[in-house]
Amino acid sequence: MTTPTDKKLPGDPDTTGHSWDGIEEFNNPLPKWWLYTFYLCIIWAIGYTIAYPAWPMVNSATAGLLGWSSRGEVNAEMEAAEAANAEINARLASVELTEIAADPDLNSYANNAGAAVFRTWCAQCHGSGAAGVQASGYPNLLDDDWLWGGDIENIYYTVAHGIRNEDDDDARYSEMPAFGELLEPEEINGVVNYVMTLSGGEAQDPSAVEAGAEVYADNCSVCHGDNGEGDVFQGAPNLADAIWLYGGDYDTLVETVTYSRYGVMPNWNSRLTEAQIRAVATYVHQLGGGT
Amino acid sequence: MAILDKHKILETNATLLLVFSFLVVTIGGIVQIAPLFYLENTIEKVEGMRPYTPLELAGREIYIREGCYVCHSQMIRPMRDEVERYGHYSLAAESMYDHPFQWGSKRTGPDLARVGGRYSDDWHVDHLRNPEAVVPESVMPKYAFLEDTRIDGKYIEDLMRTHAFVGVPYSDEMLDNAQADFLAQADPDSDYDGLLERYGDKVNVRNFDGQAGISETDALVAYLQMLGTLVDFSTFTPDASR
Repeated sequence: MTTPTDKKLPGDPDTTGHSWDGIEEFNNPLPKWWLYTFYLCIIWAIGYTIAYPAWPMVNSATAGLLGWSSRGEVNAEMEAAEAANAEINARLASVELTEIAADPDLNSYANNAGAAVFRTWCAQCHGSGAAGVQASGYPNLLDDDWLWGGDIENIYYTVAHGIRNEDDDDARYSEMPAFGELLEPEEINGVVNYVMTLSGGEAQDPSAVEAGAEVYADNCSVCHGDNGEGDVFQGAPNLADAIWLYGGDYDTLVETVTYSRYGVMPNWNSRLTEAQIRAVATYVHQLGGGT
Repeated sequence: MAILDKHKILETNATLLLVFSFLVVTIGGIVQIAPLFYLENTIEKVEGMRPYTPLELAGREIYIREGCYVCHSQMIRPMRDEVERYGHYSLAAESMYDHPFQWGSKRTGPDLARVGGRYSDDWHVDHLRNPEAVVPESVMPKYAFLEDTRIDGKYIEDLMRTHAFVGVPYSDEMLDNAQADFLAQADPDSDYDGLLERYGDKVNVRNFDGQAGISETDALVAYLQMLGTLVDFSTFTPDASR
């Protein structure tokens, strides 16, 4: 360190006394506002570590005088939200399903709560707008075409117990045989052409329709009905309404008949509360449900 | 202030400055890190945790390789909105066998800490093949190629030994049967009793992608379908004061 030079002008503050390669530094005082803010922060920090969990001790950190914990806070928030809706949830869970729509308060609550449940748990498969995904066989819930019945009670049952899952013994169940093992390719070709005409469409090969009608009567009509009207008691789709779960073109229908389909829906009674299930059933019912 | 005057010695001696800098950083590090090893809320014991099965571990490697963590976190924070959407908040112990952990700090996609069992295998296969087919608003890339990549678990034992080396309690039996367990989990027609005996009855044994053979999709879906399912929160209540 060299000795301070005489570069200092009259009126300049003192220097720090350092001189590096002839460069010196003024020893300006810190601005008062900054300094006091700094002291205030230190005091605040000390108070904070007393009030909130902070210092690590032997087995746990100091708990803090306020007794705050992140888990305690989320529990309290959950409980507060539950308590706020406890009364209406209890009412929703206890009234007859068919009476929900007639009660304006309950109906409004169920639709809004149900929409939230739908977006969280159902939208991934049925789409955020509930239009389903035809290519993958996730049903459209907006049209009034229901595999297992579209009144509020049936929708409720489907949501609660699901379809063809292995977790709920009361899940809705039916299974279409894979007709590839039962019918000749020629017969499948015929029945597919016949099914294409059921909903007023045109067969790919009109000459095969007649033979297909016979195959249909022998193999399909038991579940799908003589005229393809379907059967909601066994989840047999209506084949006469031009609404297709997996697609109604020739190739898709051949695939469906040959290998069958096995759409699965989880049972929500193990994940959602009774009130939530009723809420989402109400929401789905007002989207496209029938009576 | 004699000691403060000595700083010139440090400032003019680079090696000494380095040594003392390390010393300061070490003290700071010990104060911040060391308590995590003995504070009870960071070493909370929970029931149900087990090491990943060989197939799940392979899926986890694919998860990391494909950079899934760039968009998906695996850490449900203790906040009401997250708990309502994703399920019970994550516990530190649920990542105890994760090397490296996948908590993440960026959610372009949803949190996956409890995605296990939430959707069907078919949904996962559809979704990995083309996310937009099932979720039109999704920006997730397509991972259809995973279905075409066959894996046989040839090196899975080595990977498990590496995990055992850093503390995952794989038993000798688990290590010796690594490849057999790997193959058994994706084949419900196999003899998988040993797998269940070693890893527990709750292990999913299914043909996850619905196709013959074991693909990377099988492994990835096996991993996704067990995420967050090990701790049974209907019987386990975490200490609320932590």
